[in-house]
Amino acid sequence: MLKELVLLFLIVFAGTGGELCVTRAMKKIGEVKDFRPASLVQTIFRVLGVAWMWLGVALMALAFFSLLGMLSLESVSFVVPVTALNYVAGALGGKFFLGERVMGRRWAGVFLVCIGVTCVFFSRR
Amino acid sequence: MSSSKLTMEERDDMVHMSDPHNNKAHSGRHFKTYFLILLVVIFSPLGNVLLSTGMKEVGPMTFHTASQFFGIFAQVFTSGAIWLGIASLFAYFVSYMLVLSWADYSYVQPATAMGYVIVALLGHFVLHETVTPLRWIGISLIFLGVIVVGHTPPRTTGHS
Repeated sequence: MLKELVLLFLIVFAGTGGELCVTRAMKKIGEVKDFRPASLVQTIFRVLGVAWMWLGVALMALAFFSLLGMLSLESVSFVVPVTALNYVAGALGGKFFLGERVMGRRWAGVFLVCIGVTCVFFSRR
Repeated sequence: MSSSKLTMEERDDMVHMSDPHNNKAHSGRHFKTYFLILLVVIFSPLGNVLLSTGMKEVGPMTFHTASQFFGIFAQVFTSGAIWLGIASLFAYFVSYMLVLSWADYSYVQPATAMGYVIVALLGHFVLHETVTPLRWIGISLIFLGVIVVGHTPPRTTGHS
């Protein structure tokens, strides 16, 4: 049980943290408008120069291995719904880390996800 | 800035008015959108089910020494199911990115919510997992929650 909670924590927070870092890195690069191969390669090199990107990728890799670990212990109809907590972490991270305005309607959705995840969590045998 | 809420609603109305449903010239793009959403809805749950199958073969990921850790690592990355799962998730990721390059996030989001239902159906019928009524209720609430989140404006920062 403790192991599952630790893995879930890593999947949700490392996963969302990784995506937030990648978003921040991409916003730093600016909107990609030129899709010619040569300039895409140039963009990739610029992206690799942003520290946030490296941190983001490392966190996402950690989340992926935690997902594998969780799937080795639990059924997939438990693991995948429970990782919907990403929406909660995403709303909080968007608000506090990226300065997005999270409005009432979005909080309502996040609240529904929370109740749903709680139900799934307690359905575990 | 007192009219910022109104402008948001106006912008929302404009999005509805320029709905591609009303334009026959957009039927090609329409097909493309449906096709990619179908790929998203298939590949995401399929990838997770394949990863799950692979990890059940590898066994519980428990290790106490570094050599045990690398043993599991080698097992994971020589499993066909795991690689198929990674390929499937990669296909999902590419389709998702592609469709988001022209379709609204709030339009695509409900489709990804379907993934939670499909993964439970696959778990039940393909992997023979027991999905209790409480778990179905939870999954339905998550499905609803994701749709509600999707029906909010896709961008709230930077208004110029």
